[in-house]
Amino acid sequence: MAGLAPTREVLANGVTVLAKRTSTTPAVTVLANLRVGSVHDPPVHEGIAHFVSRTIDRGTERFTADEIAEELDRRGVSLACPAGRHTLSLACTCLVEDLRDVLAIMGEIAMRPVFPAVEVDRRRGEIVTLIRQDQDNPAVVAVETLMSMLYGDSHPYGRRLRGTVESVERIARDHLQRFHAQHCAPDRLTLALVGDIEPGRAIDTARSIFEQWKGPAVPEVIAAAAPSASGRRCRVVPMMGKSQTDLAYGFVTIARSAPSYHAYWLMNNILGQFSLGGRLGDSIREQQGMAYYVFSSLDASLMPGPLTIRAGVSPANVTRAIASVDTELRKLVTEGPTEQELAESKQYLIGSVPRTLETNMGIATYLQTAEFFELGLDYDVRMPDILRAVTRDDVLAAARGIDPQTATIVVAGPFEGPLS
Amino acid sequence: MPTLEQPPQSDASAVCEEVLDNGLRVLIQPVHTAPLATVWCWYRVGSRDEIPGLTGVSHWVEHMNFKGTTNIPRDQIKGIIEKYGGYWNGYTWIDQTTYTETATRDALDRMLFIEAERMANCLYDPADCESERTVIISELQGGENDPEQLLDQELTATAFRAHGYRHPTIGWLSDLQTMTRTDLYGHYRRFYAPNNATLVIVGDVDRAEAMRGVIKHFGKLQASDVQRRATTLEPEQLGERRLIVSKEGTTAYLKVGFHAPAVTHADFLPLLVLDAVMSGAKGLNLWASFRTLPPQRSARLYQALVNKGFASAVSGALLPTQEPFLYTLSATATDGMPLDRLEQALLSEIDRVRSGGVTPQELLKAKNQLRARLVFENDSITNIAHQLGYFETVASWRMATTLSWQIDAVTVEEVARVAAERLRPTQRTIARFEPIR
Repeated sequence: MAGLAPTREVLANGVTVLAKRTSTTPAVTVLANLRVGSVHDPPVHEGIAHFVSRTIDRGTERFTADEIAEELDRRGVSLACPAGRHTLSLACTCLVEDLRDVLAIMGEIAMRPVFPAVEVDRRRGEIVTLIRQDQDNPAVVAVETLMSMLYGDSHPYGRRLRGTVESVERIARDHLQRFHAQHCAPDRLTLALVGDIEPGRAIDTARSIFEQWKGPAVPEVIAAAAPSASGRRCRVVPMMGKSQTDLAYGFVTIARSAPSYHAYWLMNNILGQFSLGGRLGDSIREQQGMAYYVFSSLDASLMPGPLTIRAGVSPANVTRAIASVDTELRKLVTEGPTEQELAESKQYLIGSVPRTLETNMGIATYLQTAEFFELGLDYDVRMPDILRAVTRDDVLAAARGIDPQTATIVVAGPFEGPLS
Repeated sequence: MPTLEQPPQSDASAVCEEVLDNGLRVLIQPVHTAPLATVWCWYRVGSRDEIPGLTGVSHWVEHMNFKGTTNIPRDQIKGIIEKYGGYWNGYTWIDQTTYTETATRDALDRMLFIEAERMANCLYDPADCESERTVIISELQGGENDPEQLLDQELTATAFRAHGYRHPTIGWLSDLQTMTRTDLYGHYRRFYAPNNATLVIVGDVDRAEAMRGVIKHFGKLQASDVQRRATTLEPEQLGERRLIVSKEGTTAYLKVGFHAPAVTHADFLPLLVLDAVMSGAKGLNLWASFRTLPPQRSARLYQALVNKGFASAVSGALLPTQEPFLYTLSATATDGMPLDRLEQALLSEIDRVRSGGVTPQELLKAKNQLRARLVFENDSITNIAHQLGYFETVASWRMATTLSWQIDAVTVEEVARVAAERLRPTQRTIARFEPIR
């Protein structure tokens, strides 16, 4: 199998560029990832990485916010700037003919944002509204409460990505400027360029724009120790005006670099992903008709991340749904998967590689993940054999990390408890 | 600029269209960029075909059609496409119900088998019907948790008095509580027939071989007398309508809906261009276009509402439908902003475009945006096939291949005319979500 075989080059100033040619459409997807995120938020300014992501594209040394808007809009380009725990991204798709101009604007945004005061104030109002909307959304409330209980307020994963109304009110323009200056630097930036352009040309275009960026090397954030589980904990957040309750049930698991990662990946697929939600979907949706959505997700990252089980259920079924999750977990923890389940999940995950790498954004996302976790550019070729080598015992060992006796459970919605 | 003498390049020549003796329309487009194939099977039945007492039946039937067939036992559904690394899904909306699989190309025969089974042999086990009742009620209640979705539902039900578009696709709760297995199976048997369907195949396939597979799996299915009920025409709206949803919440929302033309009407594309000027171009792919924000920061409503602090977000939605549906403008009030002030700002922008039209520069930008979005929304075989099947179900698949050219032909005068006529105050329904804190 030849695999994607992308081209990779590190520019003289430390910017990494990944390029891959595809020919489905006359377009190019650009995904620029800066290794800075909410893990860098100082506690007093919780939400500042997110605030930067909402203002970084609102004016640079060369362009006003309106000029950026006009230049991108007239080319049909919608630039997204999401912030995560570890990354701040600039992502868009443009026609091939527009790549140089669009990349030049993205370069300005990444390298020389000025955070105009008027823009900072406007976007603050938007962020506060987003936080208020989150507070009204039982699914968000359940997950944020779960993360806070799993990690505690002193761990960066335990804090809200968008911060609080109070912390966002405290963030001023100079805080945003300082955060950018301290954390955004060439050696933190990886560009993925995927589309109908020859990789050498794509990299040369990137070089002409980004190699001029000078900045100090920024040290990696030191991974905080994840708290260890100490028994089962439950919390109910009543939201009595809502129609349905959202359930978030989780554990702190492993980092992406853990040797057991692929066993965890398969275990999660069997538990709450395969087909319509794995074993959990079979039980809670298909057999008992209790939920429209139920699934599990594994978010192994630079630090040990959570495995989260989520479901939306009627308030009358909360206790029964939790008991069903407990039952499925107990079975997996004690018996492990069947040989057939393991074979099916392996076949699915290996077989889905061409599909996940079909679109430009799919490829760009994969390339960034491989670079971020240092998986190697041939990971798409090596991954099938790594998965094939995982045994039932490996998956069983992974399942022991999600014993229901150590689960943290949050219920948000029209439910006041108690949880028996 | 393309002219009639120099027709633009069209993808229509890449599509092979055949109609089987039993009426099944088949569209095949080989695309060899990845070793994948996608199948979409479309039915001309949606929530507009439902009567009181049976609202939501089309969507519930869609759910039941994933629960085993005569030749695919219930316990063999799980994994049937996943073993090819595949993905499957389906959706129901006002005009259509559709099913899809995308997997490695060697799964094509299996995908055609599944869709033929779904068309003719679904089981409707009574216990499965009951179990799915509560799943769908859970889906409905999950939607009610979202104030915007709730407001959208109320807006549609107020803007339409008579037409079948008025009720939500998921149905009203009491119908979901009382519908029977007989209702579901009757709906299935009535509408699921080859002469009421379009089968689309796109991907790394050989056209002749794919067609042989279609004939093998679908050739023997019988056509039936599908009587799609004549829908009641919506009488003309004679004045502004208003509604308020008061519910616990943190945030206020505003929606203004106008009666919009059907996709085949001459006003549809000028209104699409107008929407691009007002709120940024989305494109026309229901499956893909709305997953990313449109290019909208220089759009009129973004400038007037978001950049002036009235709203934290603004959007417009004009979707291709078989009969006249709605053009909706939506805004989220910035925390602390009274809804009256937001409404005043939004309505004043609507008045401005009604009286002054759009500039040639705005028209050019809107067209450029739409041209780019039409490219972006065809970035995968799944999306290409979706567009062919979607347009065939609401109009003709050929329209999907000529959109770019038709959009290029829209004039400033046409946009000004549709703004003046289609956005009249008498044609609008104003919906407000007023949170009770």
